[in-house]
Amino acid sequence: MSPGFQGRPRSAQPALPPGQYLTEDFPVLSAGPTPKVGPETWEFVVTTEAGAEYRWSWAEFTALPQDTPTVDIHCVTRWSKLGTTWQGVSLDVLLDGVDTGAAYALVHSYGGYSTNLPMADLRGGRAWVVHRYDGGDLPAEHGGPARLLVPHLYFWKSAKWVRGIRLGTTDEPGFWETAGYHDYGDPWREQRYAGD
Amino acid sequence: MTEMSYLDGNMLDGPLRELFAVDLSAATGRCEACGTTGPMAGLHVYPHAPGLVARCPACQGVMLRLVRTPQRAWLDLRGATYLGIPLPPDQPYPRPL
Ligand SMILES: [Zn+2]
Repeated sequence: MSPGFQGRPRSAQPALPPGQYLTEDFPVLSAGPTPKVGPETWEFVVTTEAGAEYRWSWAEFTALPQDTPTVDIHCVTRWSKLGTTWQGVSLDVLLDGVDTGAAYALVHSYGGYSTNLPMADLRGGRAWVVHRYDGGDLPAEHGGPARLLVPHLYFWKSAKWVRGIRLGTTDEPGFWETAGYHDYGDPWREQRYAGD
Repeated sequence: MTEMSYLDGNMLDGPLRELFAVDLSAATGRCEACGTTGPMAGLHVYPHAPGLVARCPACQGVMLRLVRTPQRAWLDLRGATYLGIPLPPDQPYPRPL
């Protein structure tokens, strides 16, 4: 289904975060080769600060209760895309029953990528592990088989090819957060770079 | 299967020239991850990202990252054991007796 924003009066168009422009296509950003991971080998692991591991195979993950969020996404390279449609599992579901008091999460991916965010941002219906986009399986170039989706932060936080989350009591910066990008990355406060 | 395209390390010449007085495209580097040594120009550079990511052509380990923000450049070389940079021969001169 197309969101069809072009049919609305101009005044009803959603505002973009500062410094962003609207795009209709879906640019592919990648810091390396696309990892080749199939459903038969895919797994998702939550590791707590005490070292406990909670694992889901592809079959177990896709059997969990599914959400179908429609969200706007904002890339730090200044494009925004409105009304994107996804299917996946809320982090509230994945973290339900995980015994942790951790305040921070380090998300890691097949291929070696990582990104950090506060636990609070993974909870409250604001974060998902998604495996379908726009009515089809999530293409590998957009992070398939599955990626993180945290649309209220810049899109580099929505790690492609997600493999797991390490929960910790201290904040550990990820791939771009150790190379000049902002630790938190709120697009509405334009937190692009360290110090913003 | 879509494979992300990359450029060869020669494209680093311009961005690094903003930082260094020497031409690093002629330098050799050693990969921290696998030990492969080769010219910087042979790295695989992924430019469609929030920064430049240059990877070892042998193991795909990240050898160099360069992020240019409005205020500064962030250069991360932790994936490179060393850079060997060609320089003109040292010019000895007569020392005072
Ligand atoms: Zn290597």
